[in-house]
Amino acid sequence: MTAPLIEVRNLTRHFRVRAGMFSDARPVIAVDGVSFAVPAGDVLGVVGESGCGKSTLARIILGLLEPTSGDVLIDGKSLAGLDRRERARLIQPVFQDPYSSLNPRRRVRDVVGMPLMAQDGMSAAAARKRVDEMLARVGLDPVMAERLPAELSGGQRQRVAIARALVLHPRIVVCDEPTSALDVSVQAQILNLLSELRRSFGLTYLFISHNLAVVEHVASEVAVMYLGRIVEQSATQTLFHAPRHPYTKALLASVLTPEPGLGIPETGLGDAMPDPANIPPGCRFHPRCPVAIDRCSREAPTPMHDRRGLVECHLEGAAS
Amino acid sequence: MTALLEVRDLEISFSGLSAVRGASLTVAKGETHCLVGESGCGKSVTALAVMGLLARNGARKATALRFDGTDLLGLDERAMSRLRGNRMAMIFQEPMTSLNPAYTVGSQMAEVLRRHRGTTRTAALDRAVELLTLVRVTSPGLRIGQYPHQLSGGLRQRVMIAMALMCDPELLIADEPTTALDVTVQAQILRLLADLQKDLGLAVLLITHDLGVVARMAHRVSVMYAGEVVESATAANLFARPMHPYTRGLLACVPVPGKIKPDQPLGSIPGMVPQIGRDFLGCGFRERCGHARPDCAGTIPRRALGPDHDYLCQLEPDATAP
Amino acid sequence: MTGWRNWGLWLGALIVGTTLLVGMFAPLLAPHDAFAFNLSNRLVPPFWMEGSKPEHFLGTDQLGRDYLSRLIYGARISMLIGVTTVITSAIIGVTLGVIGGFFGGRIDDVVLFAITARLSIPLILVALAVVSLVGSSLTVVVMTLGLLLWERFAVVARVTTMQVRTLDYVAAAWSAGCSRSHILFREVLPNILSPLAVVATLEMALAILLEAALSFLGLGVPPPLPSWGLMIAEGKEYMFFSPWVIMVPGLSLFVLVFGINLLGDGLRDLLRTGRTA
Repeated sequence: MTAPLIEVRNLTRHFRVRAGMFSDARPVIAVDGVSFAVPAGDVLGVVGESGCGKSTLARIILGLLEPTSGDVLIDGKSLAGLDRRERARLIQPVFQDPYSSLNPRRRVRDVVGMPLMAQDGMSAAAARKRVDEMLARVGLDPVMAERLPAELSGGQRQRVAIARALVLHPRIVVCDEPTSALDVSVQAQILNLLSELRRSFGLTYLFISHNLAVVEHVASEVAVMYLGRIVEQSATQTLFHAPRHPYTKALLASVLTPEPGLGIPETGLGDAMPDPANIPPGCRFHPRCPVAIDRCSREAPTPMHDRRGLVECHLEGAAS
Repeated sequence: MTALLEVRDLEISFSGLSAVRGASLTVAKGETHCLVGESGCGKSVTALAVMGLLARNGARKATALRFDGTDLLGLDERAMSRLRGNRMAMIFQEPMTSLNPAYTVGSQMAEVLRRHRGTTRTAALDRAVELLTLVRVTSPGLRIGQYPHQLSGGLRQRVMIAMALMCDPELLIADEPTTALDVTVQAQILRLLADLQKDLGLAVLLITHDLGVVARMAHRVSVMYAGEVVESATAANLFARPMHPYTRGLLACVPVPGKIKPDQPLGSIPGMVPQIGRDFLGCGFRERCGHARPDCAGTIPRRALGPDHDYLCQLEPDATAP
Repeated sequence: MTGWRNWGLWLGALIVGTTLLVGMFAPLLAPHDAFAFNLSNRLVPPFWMEGSKPEHFLGTDQLGRDYLSRLIYGARISMLIGVTTVITSAIIGVTLGVIGGFFGGRIDDVVLFAITARLSIPLILVALAVVSLVGSSLTVVVMTLGLLLWERFAVVARVTTMQVRTLDYVAAAWSAGCSRSHILFREVLPNILSPLAVVATLEMALAILLEAALSFLGLGVPPPLPSWGLMIAEGKEYMFFSPWVIMVPGLSLFVLVFGINLLGDGLRDLLRTGRTA
């Protein structure tokens, strides 16, 4: 097995949320002991519902947030030891909302060229050439370079964001819900573009999404997050064909494929909504779990690794 | 089947720009009709026009706009507001903006009944509890005393549905009711809507961009593109035999687990939606269509493929057959 | 946008622009020396009243000075005070607000405390106290107002910076390895300017009105400088028999402040639609 390109070790992030100037801070546990490794060229899909910590995880890996504890290693080197510009040459983001991810006051050329400017050491002419090349690679007409973001459609804006992410030729791209704000037909264009760019630039993706069908299409491996922890992780085909964690099963059941006559599935989940400020004792999924046993409310399960991957559930531990 | 809502050749424009240009659809009693399309296709304004809730610079025109035989075009604002929330109700995508944050759930729900029926406050609150139970809200007695911000997104949407049902409407218009919700909550809400529709014999006009939702919920589907209904069929027919090139393109764009091999590209529709001016003529899809030909710029015929299936295209049924 | 709002923006810009130009070119435009007494020519009525003189278009004041010339020089004082006060207070307020909003935490607590402290200072009383202690001069009035009127800039700059700071394009700039100053000056500042422009118009109107109030109380611009507030104060003894002496500067003040507010409203609408488009 080759050495992983990204390795995340026991990553934890707490937030202290203050209600006011004089009130006590309340801890919110957004990410709680997450570990995984992604080999170069792979796509790790991270799925989960709102509040599961997937965006916080992305922000830590991008260096936008400090972890409370734990470490992110890129190519064996700790992210904490990297200079900001060095990190920028390794990892770049693509965000969800193409309306807030581009500075409305700057032209497309400046938006895409911004990472080059931050690096110094590149002549204006060379930077200009690189920006033009990149715009062509993401399928944007050269005339777009002089436009402002407001003059572009959602799909075009997302192409600009992708061009900005790739202009430094990074090795890893963190895609945080890159198609969730787009229309179905535009989503397909962007997903195809991301796959094509991954192959031609040899990129590694961390692909975060709540849309399981999209993740199934792009990811080689999938991690399912629930309230800050990875509760199941395995190769995409394995996870989709033989899910083991009851939460994964519920998520997969909720996917509405365009097949008429199948009706709406029963997820078996109750009303209780996950709240990272109030994590239940024992297994954090037990209040919503349709198959929970007594032990689940008392004792937190530990991750179980086997050749199919990772699962964190008392029932799976007992079954094997 | 009798038509509860009949829309014929609806045209809507906003200061010079056409939003809807000649859309027709019929919602029968007790059926779920899905209006599907991408952003800007005119599906939401169609619903707003039916409810008489267009923004002030919006103008609507139609050869017929009838609700249970009543001509809605001829109704004044007072008569319209007697219908709204009473015999036809609407729920929106973001329940937080449709609920008033300053009042409790119970008093907002009760207010609907008091306004339309003149019911006493106690009777109206009893009815609120009854409906919260119907939409499967746990401990409804507690919930009626709570404010919207104390509820989760899924609960708020249940409250919105309960509120819409306060006066036993015959038609429920739901505009992207689950788009803002997590997938597991979406499944729960849609299941609730489907059950209510069946149990109460509601007619539902469900507006969505999600073909998965359409396939699982709809009896009948109308696909909108650039302000027109380009294809209309029963759900079974539409997914089994999509005829309009746009419908086909859209279906090919949706990733379906297990259907497409990894590394195989998704189908996609090139280009983007045109800006439709008032004098726009012909097929709105022709610039993105692989089958486009010169006469697509003229008047487009509506072709029928059986009694329950029609589409708006120059191509004959056999010419577009896959 | 509706036609009338646009119309308001242009009317406001016209009023403010005209006043600004009149103030700038006051020595060229004034028909007479605004400071020269002529006691034999006192309280000449303006052109629409009986007994007016063609060489004194708006009449003369109680000391026989040409009222039109004094009004023109008064525009100069008003605009000078409005503009310099806005610049001083904008520098203080925007710096504090942006620092608090951008860095957050303890720094923000300090900024918030400064804003709260400033809001609890009774503006007019402190201005009066300072002027009566230090003595009244144009500089003192400008400095006092400038040092007191920054809180709205700080509040708006702080909140908008906090909003912009969390947007994804700022995150993208951090991820690209941009320096803190680049992010502050290239990504954040340009995007908070529109709401600040609206605050600037509000503060300008307020500064002009406060100066007039201070001058009226005899604690603003010292005579013989022709401030509009001072003109009203000096004319108040003659208002029953020669009402124009307070009507003319009063009306000018009203029109100018009205124009500035129209401009502010218009700017707000223009910038709001510009953002969503």
